Amino acid sequence: MSPVLEVRDLAVSFGTREGAVRAVDGVSLTVKRGEVLGLVGESGSGKSVTGLSIMGLIDAPGRITAGSIKFEGRELVGLPEKELRTLRGRRIAMIFQDPMTTLNPVLRVDTQMIEAIRAHEAVSEKAARDRAARALARVGIPSPEERLQSYPHQFSGGMRQRVAIAIALLHGPALLVADEPTTALDVTIQAQILAEVQQLCAETGTALVWVTHDLAVVAGLADRIAVMYAGRIVEDGPVDGVLDSPRHPYTAGLIGSVPSRNRRGSPLAQIPGMTPSLANLPPGCAFAPRCPRADAACRIEAPPLLAETGGRAFRCIHPLTAEGVAA
Amino acid sequence: MLVYFIRRLGQAALVVAVMGAIVFVSIYMVGNPVDVLANPNADAKEMAEIAGRLGLDKPLHEQFALFVWNALHGDLGRSFVFNEPALKLIIQRMPATLELAFAALIVSVLIGIPLGMLAGLWPHSVWGRGIMTGSILGFSLPNFWIGLMLILLFAVQLRWLPSGGRGETVTVLGVPVSFLTVDGLRHLVLPAFTLALYKAALVIRLARAGTREAMLQDYVRFARAKGLSPSRIILVHVLKNIMIPITTVLGLEFGGMIAFAVVTETVFAYPGMGKLLIDSIGRLDRPIIVAYLMMVVVVFVVINFVVDLIYAALDPRVRLSEQGS
Ligand SMILES: Nc1ncnc2c1ncn2[C@@H]1O[C@H](COP(=O)(O)OP(=O)(O)O)[C@@H](O)[C@H]1O
Ligand code: SF4
Ligand SMILES: [Mg+2]
Repeated sequence: MSPVLEVRDLAVSFGTREGAVRAVDGVSLTVKRGEVLGLVGESGSGKSVTGLSIMGLIDAPGRITAGSIKFEGRELVGLPEKELRTLRGRRIAMIFQDPMTTLNPVLRVDTQMIEAIRAHEAVSEKAARDRAARALARVGIPSPEERLQSYPHQFSGGMRQRVAIAIALLHGPALLVADEPTTALDVTIQAQILAEVQQLCAETGTALVWVTHDLAVVAGLADRIAVMYAGRIVEDGPVDGVLDSPRHPYTAGLIGSVPSRNRRGSPLAQIPGMTPSLANLPPGCAFAPRCPRADAACRIEAPPLLAETGGRAFRCIHPLTAEGVAA
Repeated sequence: MLVYFIRRLGQAALVVAVMGAIVFVSIYMVGNPVDVLANPNADAKEMAEIAGRLGLDKPLHEQFALFVWNALHGDLGRSFVFNEPALKLIIQRMPATLELAFAALIVSVLIGIPLGMLAGLWPHSVWGRGIMTGSILGFSLPNFWIGLMLILLFAVQLRWLPSGGRGETVTVLGVPVSFLTVDGLRHLVLPAFTLALYKAALVIRLARAGTREAMLQDYVRFARAKGLSPSRIILVHVLKNIMIPITTVLGLEFGGMIAFAVVTETVFAYPGMGKLLIDSIGRLDRPIIVAYLMMVVVVFVVINFVVDLIYAALDPRVRLSEQGS
């Protein structure tokens, strides 16, 4: 099966006062039709920038400096804005972190849904309204016809995110990029929304890139996991393989800091140190200052991406062995 | 809502009462109208007679009590000069001033919002910088000077527009208006533009700041992610949001516009309330001065109230919280 999304060696820079910051550096991702990819990493690792690049929504001072983003076989990097616009919202959709701010506070929900439909299809106002109501019903909003006439502030946070999800899925896109859409919500609603989105995407065959800083969120949901650190993918592979036997020390650290059934009762291992500033990354492996396995060799040059059998890859010259975290 | 309404009404009445007292007492202390009104070689007896006729011989508190009593009956005194009710004279002149202020308001919005949004969308472009420089000029050049320069250029040099007066009027619902005749409009252009310039500069700044802020908001990003066209995003999503602060500020400034009209009307010999005020100050025609100032106070109070209502209508979040309280 041909992949829906194929990102190759993507690099995105932001011009800042301290010079160009490489927020994303050599990222490669592949997402197949209907697949769920969990994109995991600490805050500032470049997840949102990766998601926005796929949407073609990187603004100055940011710029895609290298790489390719192929979507349904079509190259998006360098595609004219007009053509990107016909894809956005129709074939690729995105939802964002804060449901309180993603909907326009002064426009009614029906306005915001109908315009999204009519941006891509020449349908009557009436037909668009009916479709909007059905979309709200699908994401579990009760009495959708009435709710269409509400303003965003009349919904709770969870309901607002559901409205955003309903809008994103209006045209049955091939890919949905969900940028930490549940982070701002409380835990029970997070789990519900997660399950619902997965269900909806499965119904329409929509591939899902679920961005999160919380490994536990995607553990039960994703088919594959890509772990980002300082603008790079440091480990990528099928979810079970990566969680059972991480090869990169950073992935192992993330797993160690998740409360899990196997290690209940023992204190959580935290990864020591802080996320490095992208403006002055250390030479060699960016994780070296925090890595328990680091040695002099790690500080010479950035480790290349090493591919393994089973569709796995990692960037580490002293990887953990297949025996898992203990090794 | 009703409670809110009554509370506002009470506040308004209090403001009007306090302002009335301040205005009356301070006007009482300025000059002696009898000196201006009386024949230069009138003797003391004649002067006393005039003072008696105008009620100026009574002590301040009696004059004030009479003023309040009459004011409550809708009578703000008679003009010493025209011997007509002061309120009537002012109301006769009011349509001209309101017309001028409205025209200026429209001009400032028509200039300010597009330019401000352009500057907000491309703040670092030549255009964006140019517009901001222009708005600084709009803020700092004095009103009367702009008026004089416009007269020099368009009336004296180019002879395109008249230099003063109100021009031809037609009567609509008993009110003479000039914006419905070509001649009236030609007379309105320069004074309206002069009066609008300062507000236009203000609107540019508000629109620019609002646009810059709105463009960074998640809702704009989400609107783009939906595949909306830039024109839809700017003209609906951004414009609707920036209109909230702009309407509020402009509404509050509308009273100021009426007050500022004094200068513009004088420069353009425009027969509005402002010109009447300046003339009356020169003649120490106290009832007109007092009536004018009371009028302006009432206009301010009414405007503040209307602005609150408009604000609630524009911002759905305000509407709901008000019902809740
Ligand atoms: N608008 C911007 N201007 C400058 N730098 C930015 C901008 N957006 C992102 N960056 C840089 O990209 C890095 C990664 O950001 P982001 O992708 O938002 O991280 P994440 O979503 O993983 O938390 C940030 O740490 C910052 O250095
Ligand atoms: S390359 Fe070296 S420093 Fe980097 S993760 Fe591997 S062991 Fe740690
Ligand atoms: Mg992010």
